[in-house]
Amino acid sequence: MIIKPEPSPKDLSFFIENAGLKPSDLLNMYKKMVTIRYFEESIKKVYHEGKNPFNMAAGIIRGEMHLSIGQEAVAVGSLYNARDEDAVISTHRPHHHAIAKGVDLKALAAEIFGKATGLCKGKGGHMHLFDRTKNFACSGIVGASFPQAAGAAFAFKYLGKDNVAFAFAGEGAANHGTFAETLNIASAWELPLIIIIEDNKYADSTPKSLVMSTTFHYQRGLAYNVPSYLVDGMDVIDVYSVVKKAAERARKGFGPTLIEALTYRYVGHFEGDGEEYRTKEEVEFWSAVDPIRRLENRLLKLNYADNDILAKLREEARREVQEAINFAMNSPYPDPSEAFRGVFA
Amino acid sequence: MKIRGIAQAIAEGIRQEMERNDRIVVLGEDVTYWGAVFGFTMGLFEKFGRRRVIDTPITEQTFMGIAVGAAAAGLHPVVSLMFVDFLGAGFDQMFNHMAKNYYMSGGQFPMPVTVITAIGGGYGDSAQHSQVLYGLFAHLPGFKVVIPSTPYDAKGLTIKALRDNNPVVIFGHKLLTGLPFLPFEGIEEEVPDEPYEIDFGKAAVRREGSDLTIIATALMVHRSLKAAEMLQKEGISAEVIDLRTLVPLDEETIVKSAKKTGRVLIVDEDYMSYGMTGEVAFRIQAKALSNLKVPIARLAVPDVPIPFSEPLESAVIPSVNSIYNEAKKLVH
Ligand SMILES: Cc1ncc(C[n+]2csc(CCOP(=O)(O)OP(=O)(O)O)c2C)c(N)n1
Repeated sequence: MIIKPEPSPKDLSFFIENAGLKPSDLLNMYKKMVTIRYFEESIKKVYHEGKNPFNMAAGIIRGEMHLSIGQEAVAVGSLYNARDEDAVISTHRPHHHAIAKGVDLKALAAEIFGKATGLCKGKGGHMHLFDRTKNFACSGIVGASFPQAAGAAFAFKYLGKDNVAFAFAGEGAANHGTFAETLNIASAWELPLIIIIEDNKYADSTPKSLVMSTTFHYQRGLAYNVPSYLVDGMDVIDVYSVVKKAAERARKGFGPTLIEALTYRYVGHFEGDGEEYRTKEEVEFWSAVDPIRRLENRLLKLNYADNDILAKLREEARREVQEAINFAMNSPYPDPSEAFRGVFA
Repeated sequence: MKIRGIAQAIAEGIRQEMERNDRIVVLGEDVTYWGAVFGFTMGLFEKFGRRRVIDTPITEQTFMGIAVGAAAAGLHPVVSLMFVDFLGAGFDQMFNHMAKNYYMSGGQFPMPVTVITAIGGGYGDSAQHSQVLYGLFAHLPGFKVVIPSTPYDAKGLTIKALRDNNPVVIFGHKLLTGLPFLPFEGIEEEVPDEPYEIDFGKAAVRREGSDLTIIATALMVHRSLKAAEMLQKEGISAEVIDLRTLVPLDEETIVKSAKKTGRVLIVDEDYMSYGMTGEVAFRIQAKALSNLKVPIARLAVPDVPIPFSEPLESAVIPSVNSIYNEAKKLVH
């Protein structure tokens, strides 16, 4: 567990300035993180409706549900400067990345509800969210994001565009062969790729310490000549400043970067997870560094905002999320005939 | 002992064989705390510890290769492929090595590996987590393909697999597992406490009938039995056959039934084209063409990925009603 100590206000101002962040940026980030948190909490609530006793097929939202509560700073810090054309390939835990990339909240919610108005007409669902307009995709197959993002990066380079591709993955996914193979190719071809490993300590129920030969994945990046960094994933400023430099380098043609963010999911691997593999103490430890509360305290301490401003931002976020959920609730289901369309383009 | 669903039955079969044979080790993702998610390895970690029940990193290609190497060196690995959909991430080691090394080596390297994987949809898990895909394995020479639909069969077939010197893939349907967080369409039944084997290549006639034969596997067996009850109310007598294993396939039982009824409906939750339904239909026509009163019919997932939304998913996975309707068309 490596969490950087909270800096003094003077040092903090230095970090912020050094990262090129203005107070308004931090307020925007705060709003985005809060939006993600409310979105996930709302989905969680709706997901469990009609599921007592717990049954995946029952209720308004069906199937598995992987939430990212606790991991907001990684998504927002990484994607704050991302452009619409920059590619993001996410994972089975994709909501925070999607929202941070600017995917429409209503269409996102509607997809999770399986509605015709969803991003993918109800065909994809929570683990398979696609948004062409935001160049966002994800996969329920662990380890699939690395090569696909490298492919996008290859296309950018080939087409002479100064775009960046982001591959998100968990620390579990990075044990997959695709991780090592992608690092090698991305480095050899100098691809504008940023790999972001969200280390939340567990792959399903499996603690990383039981299945990893090294302590951190960024150590593996170094072996492939890929600049690799470890960041505090509960600190949006830390994430932002490292990813920003990586993106600048990538856009200029200096190749890939690997960033490993230490973070934590406050909820189970999936909803319904009994969480017998981790201790209450551990969850409490990480709750003490909640990325949202941490940013809130900093904004107040630095006088970038007062309680009223923060409350207003939270209220806005809450309203946007509620509108999205209502939109999803009230949207129609797709016609069954839709199932038979769209296998081929 | 009374067992609800196939998950506990499979785990019990593995446990009893592990007690008898200390060369059996269990490998895969989340096989300890979560019993491979769908319960197929539940309780084994508590009983045998991490030396024999081992969580792997998420490395399907490599842990399948480790199973190949370990089997060649004298162990009998039981490998969990959590969802069959993750097969792609490990398929080379399975289909080019696990399935072929015995043959290619001229019989020098037996490959006693048991792979256990979860199949099926019907609960909203979408296109990468709801497939059946056993047709792919059955297509490749070298795998035995086992699909239990009842607890009794699940235990007996698992024990048989663990005594087999070949790679056997056991496909456990999620809606038959009997786990509390999933819908359950299987059965609870009394299962002998002591170890027993069920032979591969012996289909089970789950229901006798005279007007038509319905051939199915896994969940579709249970749905076909329900459809058969509905048909019975209209005076149509359906025989329902549970194939139990695709490799080896019990041609004798299906041909005999086809000869008897003259009408055959094959029901599958796998994709339609180039799948189990085509294979079974071919075998029947080859040996019972003159007995068939109508062309063989089939019902399967109509060559589309399994969609997420409920109305879409229900439209593609065969249901009791769609089986009933297809069967009725054969008779009238
Ligand atoms: C190829 C493949 N193997 C296994 C799984 C099952 N699975 C889904 S999520 C997961 C754990 C992923 O852990 P990690 O990459 O650390 O991401 P996290 O869930 O912690 O965000 C596993 C094993 C899968 N979806 N795909």
